[in-house]
Amino acid sequence: MKFFRIIGRSIRDAFKSVKRNFSLSIASITCVIITLIIVGVALIITFNINDFTTKLKKDLSIVVFVSNEADNFDITSLETQIKAIDNVDPDFVTYQSKAEIKEDMMKNNETFKNIMSAWDDDENPLQNTYIVKVIDANKIGETATAIKNLAKVTRVSYGEGMVEQLLMAFNGVQKFSFIAVIALVVVTTFLIINTIKLTIFSRKREISIMRLVGASNISIKLPFVFEGMLIGIIGSILPIILVVYGYYSLFDIMNGKLLTDIFTLVPPSEIVFKIGAFILLIGAVVGMLGSASAVKKYLKV
Amino acid sequence: MVIILSLIEFKNVTKQYKNGVTALYELSLEIEKGDFVFIIGSSGGGKSTLIKLLYREEKPTKGTIIMGGINVGKLRNRSVYKLRRKLGIVFQDYRLLPKLTVYENVAFALEAIGEARGNIRPKVLKALELVGLKSKVREYPDNLSGGEQQRVAIARALVNEPKVLICDEPTGNLDPAMSMEIVELLSKINETEGTTVLMVTHDKTIVNKMKKHVIALKDGHLFKDYKKGEYVDEIL
Ligand SMILES: Nc1ncnc2c1ncn2[C@@H]1O[C@H](COP(=O)(O)OP(=O)(O)OP(=O)(O)O)[C@@H](O)[C@H]1O
Ligand SMILES: [Mg+2]
Repeated sequence: MKFFRIIGRSIRDAFKSVKRNFSLSIASITCVIITLIIVGVALIITFNINDFTTKLKKDLSIVVFVSNEADNFDITSLETQIKAIDNVDPDFVTYQSKAEIKEDMMKNNETFKNIMSAWDDDENPLQNTYIVKVIDANKIGETATAIKNLAKVTRVSYGEGMVEQLLMAFNGVQKFSFIAVIALVVVTTFLIINTIKLTIFSRKREISIMRLVGASNISIKLPFVFEGMLIGIIGSILPIILVVYGYYSLFDIMNGKLLTDIFTLVPPSEIVFKIGAFILLIGAVVGMLGSASAVKKYLKV
Repeated sequence: MVIILSLIEFKNVTKQYKNGVTALYELSLEIEKGDFVFIIGSSGGGKSTLIKLLYREEKPTKGTIIMGGINVGKLRNRSVYKLRRKLGIVFQDYRLLPKLTVYENVAFALEAIGEARGNIRPKVLKALELVGLKSKVREYPDNLSGGEQQRVAIARALVNEPKVLICDEPTGNLDPAMSMEIVELLSKINETEGTTVLMVTHDKTIVNKMKKHVIALKDGHLFKDYKKGEYVDEIL
């Protein structure tokens, strides 16, 4: 009963105090707004880079050229062997006979059609292939070598060198953007702690009187914790609106892609909810922690 | 035979501050329930230190302090509030909140300890009536005289009906007439409410006139413990 009374009073006090210390609250809220907007933008960038990297990794495949000497039995046994390799995704090992490749190429291009239509099966210079997808794109090189060493394989191709460099670059970018978001959250926490410290400093007297008349530490802390949370939540409203609305507009203006067709933007509906929730969470939690740590100093004897 | 249990007991209490200054040396004294005690002595004698030890603003370096069954020196930081709820504390500088009215300042003490809403109003009004300020409930502290502000502080200290009221130079900022009024108010509270009162003061006139239990400190030592009515003006 008493517990709920303290909670209820703390929430009421938080609202009162934000109103009463309006100018300082505005300062804290502004600080929260600015940092959370930056966090939001960083999050959008991170999500897009992640999405792009995952897509790129998914699209990566090894083309395995099968020797023309291989008979049907060799070809099926090769498939079993490829699927047995660790990093190969057994659900994505697809066989394309040279006849199918021919058909494909003829469908796509008139010139090819004219030339290739004359070939019969024996004259077809193309090779039967397996298209193999890997589970871990970072190990694609090793996997390709393993496949190449199998019998009846003449060649493997996965865009050697280029792919590895691209992957390394994106792994780097991914790590960097993750670290950047963490760093931003930490910086936000410190900024918020500092502004809230200012608010609390101006209320040193109030806190010392509360202690003097016998308020328990928790009941002194609680209103400030709720106040910090309230400041965090109020401060996250504008960044959420900006980020959500901004990203929808960007997506519309850019037609869902960034300059080239390769880099498609993540559809807003897939991420804005997550980002909004994350911003709100950061605002609320950081606000709470900020004031809890700021008020601690005044609760010691 | 009458056994009188002491409410407050200092046993060989030494207080040395972090900077090395020793403010109290092996101090032992007892204060009975319902007593009215003046604590006097020269400046720097350790009076405020004694008070701070009592409400556990400071911890004794050696010795024990018992207050109403609580071992004050051993009290954990997070349990200090249990002691404070049994005490009313008044300072020379009133320590009111300027943005709150007289009523709100007194109510603040009850709100801070989670008193049920329905109890707050009657208790606050009773305390303000006791100090004779019922007509000023809506005023802000800045609009009151020093004596009136100190009455608000006393009302705030009393509103939770403490066992002990401790006052560190409550009349230090007041003129002699107002000082006398405050002391008489404290004496009235002591008699009618049965609250034990400890008051630190420099004002010899008051001490002479009131004829109460007097504890005199000098340079951190107990100079003399005058039983009620025994006090005679001595040069400390
Ligand atoms: N927080 C502190 N840290 C270090 N030394 C202190 C502290 N408070 C008091 N002292 C020292 O302890 C001694 C006793 O101080 P105290 O305040 O108890 O004296 P007092 O009797 O209240 O004096 P006054 O009549 O001037 O108020 C003094 O020498 C003082 O300098
Ligand atoms: Mg003093």
